[in-house]
Amino acid sequence: MEPFDFVEVKVPAKAEYVGVVRLSTSGIANRMGFAYEEIEDLKVAISEAITNAVKHAYNDSGEGEITIGFGVYQDRLEVMVADHGGSFNLGEIKEDIGPYQHKDDIGELREGGFGLFLIDALMDKVEINSKYGVIVLMTKYLHENEVGQDGDQISTS
Amino acid sequence: MNLTIDVTNKEKITTVSLAGEVDAFTAPKLKETLLPLTKESGQTIEVDLQEVSYMDSTGLGVFISALKSTKEHDTALKLIQMQERVYRLFKITGLTEIMDIDNTVRGGM
Repeated sequence: MEPFDFVEVKVPAKAEYVGVVRLSTSGIANRMGFAYEEIEDLKVAISEAITNAVKHAYNDSGEGEITIGFGVYQDRLEVMVADHGGSFNLGEIKEDIGPYQHKDDIGELREGGFGLFLIDALMDKVEINSKYGVIVLMTKYLHENEVGQDGDQISTS
Repeated sequence: MNLTIDVTNKEKITTVSLAGEVDAFTAPKLKETLLPLTKESGQTIEVDLQEVSYMDSTGLGVFISALKSTKEHDTALKLIQMQERVYRLFKITGLTEIMDIDNTVRGGM
């Protein structure tokens, strides 16, 4: 299996914590070497997913938790947002997940207006698993590094 | 991680100056302030976004509601001094087509 670091953040399903996760996102993405614009895109996309989870999964009752998992890979960042407090079984979730289909029963998620549209526009890949609650899996690649890595390989070989 | 809202009035123009982040937490406060202003007939509401460092779809939603309200109450909504990053969201979502956004002073550039 491809090596990666995994960071998990669990927050109460309340709007005031969206900004807290945004800060975590920006810290992780910055450490990975994403450009300023890409970090801003990630912050919006992840905030949208969490806002959806806060709004719909708990009907604003202010109860429950949202789990956010960051898969830090060499060439990409994978972010999972789950509207339940349980920890991720990464392998299981990825097996079950498929591309976003309009026929999927995720009407609630789309009520956020531009939320899902923005996630789709700002990330490279978006997948949704609605088997156990709603899990959004988003991927953003470190595009610019491709050139740099090639250069490194030449100099070290 | 908060939003400061400052409202000033000069004859027919009400200026709403925002500073900080517009997200799921702060958007309701913005809506509460902005919507009543759009109901005062004849007024132009200018929203100054120069100090807005972050906005997502919750903010877009507030401005859509405000725009709808201006059509009902014969008022006008104008978004001014918008940062490039924020403008990008209006562009991606196609809202630049229906919103009055002052591009000439788009911030930071």
